[in-house]
Order: sequence, then C-alpha cells, then structure tokens
Amino acid sequence: MPTSIAALLLYAFSLVLYLWLLYTNRPWVGISATTMLAGGLLVHYFSLMERARALDSVPYQDLSGSLSLFAWLLALTYLGLEMFHRQRSVGAFVVPVVFMLALFSTVFAPHQPPAPPEAHSTVFALHVTLNILAYSAFAIAFVLSVIFLLQNRMLRGRAPGRTFWRFPALELLERMSRSSVAVGLLALSVGIVLGLVVSREVRGRFWSNDPKEIISLVLLFSYAAYLWLGRTTRWRGARASWLCVLNFVVVLFSLTVVNLYLSKFHRYF
Amino acid sequence: MRILVMGINHRTAPVELRERVAFDPEQARRAAAELTRSSRDGRPLLREAAVLSTCNRSELYAVLDHNAAEPIPALRDYFAAFHRLPAAVLESSLYVYEDAGAVRHLFRVAAGLDSMLLGEAEILGQVREAYQRAFTNGTTGPVLNRMFQGALEAGRKVRSQTALGAGPMSVAFAAVKLAEQIFGHLRERSALIVGAGTVGEQLVEHLRNRKIQHLLVANRSWERASALAARFHGEAIRWEELSRIWAQPDIVVTSLAVHEPWLTRAELEKAMAVRGNRPLFVIDLGVPRNVEAAAGTLYNVYLYNLDSLAEIVEQNRRARQQEIPRAEQIVEEHVARFEAWWAASEMVELLRTLRHRGTVPDAAALDQRLERMHELSPQERRDLRRIAEELLALARLEPEAQLRHVPALRERVRRLDLVRDLLGITKGTV
Repeated sequence: MPTSIAALLLYAFSLVLYLWLLYTNRPWVGISATTMLAGGLLVHYFSLMERARALDSVPYQDLSGSLSLFAWLLALTYLGLEMFHRQRSVGAFVVPVVFMLALFSTVFAPHQPPAPPEAHSTVFALHVTLNILAYSAFAIAFVLSVIFLLQNRMLRGRAPGRTFWRFPALELLERMSRSSVAVGLLALSVGIVLGLVVSREVRGRFWSNDPKEIISLVLLFSYAAYLWLGRTTRWRGARASWLCVLNFVVVLFSLTVVNLYLSKFHRYF
Repeated sequence: MRILVMGINHRTAPVELRERVAFDPEQARRAAAELTRSSRDGRPLLREAAVLSTCNRSELYAVLDHNAAEPIPALRDYFAAFHRLPAAVLESSLYVYEDAGAVRHLFRVAAGLDSMLLGEAEILGQVREAYQRAFTNGTTGPVLNRMFQGALEAGRKVRSQTALGAGPMSVAFAAVKLAEQIFGHLRERSALIVGAGTVGEQLVEHLRNRKIQHLLVANRSWERASALAARFHGEAIRWEELSRIWAQPDIVVTSLAVHEPWLTRAELEKAMAVRGNRPLFVIDLGVPRNVEAAAGTLYNVYLYNLDSLAEIVEQNRRARQQEIPRAEQIVEEHVARFEAWWAASEMVELLRTLRHRGTVPDAAALDQRLERMHELSPQERRDLRRIAEELLALARLEPEAQLRHVPALRERVRRLDLVRDLLGITKGTV
C-alpha cells in the first residue's frame, strides 16, 4: 500500500531528525523533525481512512491494522504533547516506537476477516479509537517516567553524563507525564463507557465480567491513583514515576496475555 | 600576496599588558583604516586589515603585497605606537603567523581552540563582530572576506559537530545548569543564599541572569545579611527565622565559614516536611562542608558540594579535550579549502594580468567589437559575452580543481611570485 509506505518513510526521516536534534540541539533540526512527523501523520491518516472505507469499520481486527492505528494515535498524542509543552527532546524516544509499530504493520500483510455487523457502528469505531488513544498516551507517560527516573538517578548519583544536559528538566518531565496520563484517562473513561454501550447492543448486557473489562477498570483506577498520589507529599517525584512505569506493565499485560488468552471478545486491543 | 597576523593573547602576555593593547571598536576601526590608507610614499602599508580584540587577545589581520618591504617591523612599530608603548615592551609577547599559519590561527580562534576556556562560545560572536566592523569600514578585501567567512563557517561547524563547547566549565555555572535540569526555568523559583564567597557570588550572578524570582539572604550576623541582601537585590532573613521560611526556597546556596555543618539531616528533614517534599536543590560551597552528608539521601533532596561540582567541571573539561582532534580536523579541512581558493585566485590574478598585456581584449574592447557587429541581435551579443566569460571560467576550472586536490601544488603556485618578478608585474597593476 503506497500511502502507508510514504507515511513510514516520513516517520523514518522524522526519527533521524529527532535523534540528530539530541546530538546537535539546533532549532531548525527540531522544526524539521516535527514537520516530518506531522507530514507522516497526515499521510498515515489517509492510509487508515482508505482501509477503513474498504472495511466499513475501524481497522482493528488484524495485527497489521491494529498496529497501524496504534502507531498513528501514538504519533498524534506525542505531537499534541510536544506542541503543548514546547519540548522536543523526548521525540527521540517516542518516534522510534511509532516507526517500529508502523513498520510491523506494513510487514504483516493485512488479512482482515470480514467485520462482524456490530463493528460497522460509529460508537464501536469511537470505542476502539479512544481506547487505543488511551494506551498510546499511557505509553508516552511511560517513556517520560523512564527518562525521569534515569535523569533523577544521574542527578542523585551526582554523575550527569554527556547527553544529560539535553534532556528536559525533571519538573517538566513530570508535568508532561501527568498531562499525558490525564489525556489517557479521559480517553479511557469515555472509551470504556462506549464499550459498555456496544456490549449492550451486541450481547444485551452492559457488563459481562470479561477479564478485559475488569483489567480496563483496574487501569482506570491505577492511573487515577497515579495522578492523585503524584500530588501528595510522600509520592511526588521518583515514587510517582515508578508507579507510572508499573501501571504501564499492567497495560502491556492487558494488551498481550489478557487479549490472547483470557478475553473472549478483545483480540488486539 | 601575503597574509599575516600579529597579536598577543593570554598565552603570551599577562592581563596587565593585554589591557594596555586592547582596541575598543572605534580604535579597531581607526587602526585598520590607517594601515590601509596611503602613506607618505603613496603606497598603503596593507591591502586589507581587520582587528580582533577581546579580553584575551588583540590581533591584527593583514593582507599585503608579496614584495612589501619589511612589513613585520613596521607593523610591530605601529602596534606599539598606537598604544603609546615602547616597541621593546611588546617584543617578547607579540606573535606573528604568516600565510597558511595565519589562516589556521584565525580558524582555530573562531573554533574556540585557542581560547583560555577551551571551546567557549563567545569568541565566535566576537570574530563575527570584528569582521563586520572591518567590512563595513571598508578595510577588508577579497582575501580577508573569504578568510573570515571561512573561519566563521569552521567555528560554526565545530560547535555543531563536536562537543567542544558542551557542558558547563565553571563550578557556579555547573550548579545553575543542574538547577535548570531539576526545575526548568528559574523564573518562578526562589533561592536562599547563606554566606558569601567568590563562587557563591558568581552563582548569584548566574541566578539573577536567569531572572530568578526571589532571593533570600541569610547570615549569622544580621548586618552582614542585610548588606549582602542589598548587594544581591534580595530579601534579608534573620538567622533565627531561618527555620520558618523553608517552604519558600527551591535552591539553597551555602558558603559559611563554619567548623560543623549548620544544616543537618534532621533540620532538612523538617524542612522537607514543611515543603510537602517539593524538590530542594542544596548547593554546599563551604569548606569545611556546611551540610551534613547524610542529608543527601533524603527523598527529593539534591545535594551537591564543592567537590561534586568540581568533578562535573573536570569531566566536562576532559570531554572537551577529547574533542580537540575532531575540531582540529574540521579546522584543517576549512584551511585547506581556503588555501585552494587562495592559490587559485593568485593564479587567476596572474593570468588576468598576463591576458591584459596580451592580445585578449578587455571587457570594454570586447563590448565595442560586439557593438560593431550589427548583424547580431542584443540577445546574441549577450550570449557571445556570456560564452566569452564561460570560456575564461573554463580555463580556470582545471587549475582550481588541481589546486584543491593536490596540496603540494599550492606551495608551488605561491612561488609564482618568481614569475611575477620576472615579468615585472608589480602590485597595483591589476
């Protein structure tokens, strides 16, 4: 599919520029990196739309489609965060993930089985999109928390390395992580509610005690706890960041083990 | 043509002497203008001139004719006379580099390789200013223009492609950079300054440059605290009230002369409770130490003492030194490029002189002849003129390429002086 290849190329250029930015710290490199990423997003959007139109549903049911959607939403969330906080040095860590996801989605040939009837509704499309958006926001918060912990470790060990000076301040990393989680929580809450609505339409009941439903609720509460604890005296700083990392482990568990082995009606997200 | 630099810097002269031979911008303009203006015998001493003067160096860059008589003593006398010093005073401190040596010197200066503080950033701007000053004053020509532009390009490249200028190089600056790594902008932060020393004052200066919102100043004696507060434009705090203000500062700088740490772990623990564990950056500049070492393990307390800051500076110094070979390589590439251009332009100049004397008509004659060709349209005339220019450029192409790629040729081309002398071509004929 030519558009997805074009998007992949733009992501690759953007990735190189973000890495270069970490090395040179020149403003024009950063601006080009962002421009490339935005271009990739736009092209990727058309690629996704093309696919969605062919399916008359969100491309979620095969690995290729779901990875592609995840990559797009991750890039979108990151771009929003970058513009909001005016901070580009994290791009070198997020865009590689975007690129890898986009790469895998083109490597695995799409073999979308025909979508079930309920998958054609708008509510369903929104449910899928919002939940993936939440996961991508959590992924970014995870990356930011890891950088925070590394940075904090170097500061406390009184041994800052050479790239240390290029990273954003601890304070800013914390704020970016929090705003990312806030976006993720909002998307997850609405996504879960929409999921319940879909469930009611398909299965005639809101709640089925499916492991996916349970773990999604757990995530909702644990990320809310992160936001709340991160403001308290005992937890602000490194401890909150550890919590954020831990929460993302739960996200990964939900996306892998729960989807593949436990849940009855969630395959990829 | 010859290129020459004459000057003194921090390596050859103490600050007392450097101060006396510094040129302010007006003096720099005047000196360059005087040297390139015609003297009594109708010939200017220099073809092109530019003065670079910073607190660590005063240098005169000059382009002169290849057969100028004894330019070095003349320049040295001028240098001394300009600053009203006996020439003997400068004798041992002045250095002179010629031709490629002079070019290399300027390129290394612009790259920060010749600076007292290796890789410092200011010098590039100072070179740019010196060049712009000389350029607008009309004392530069093709050679110095090309040379300064090359130097600026080399300097920029060294900055962007090597880590020669990376990492803070002073204790005070390292401390401020660390503060920024913790808090980001310091504009909405406040700092508590306890006691004062040289490094402490530098640190306050850096904090003020970064527009820190609030400075609290405390000292054992109230008089001293208020005096310091007045000097730093801060707010004086009584020693007894110190324990009550812990919620305020994000940064603590302490440099008291005490035998025992005045800031203990227990005290800081209380402070952190009052602060709700908001991060606190404690900079202990005291010797002996002002802060109990165990306080550094408290959650969200970042404690740095003089040794740990000095260690960071030392690491940065080593990192910068490791970058020297890469920086020198970039400088060499640019020097080679300049030399190739220079040798080529020397040769072009010589060829042009010879052409002028030979049968090839000059541009005006060519124009006249073209005018006479009535059968040609204006467009065709323009085309013919362009073809003539292109042919001349083509004739230069091969020599230029050769000069660029065969370094040994450059030296030989420089010896074209011999041809010049032989043909009786003196300066000013071109």
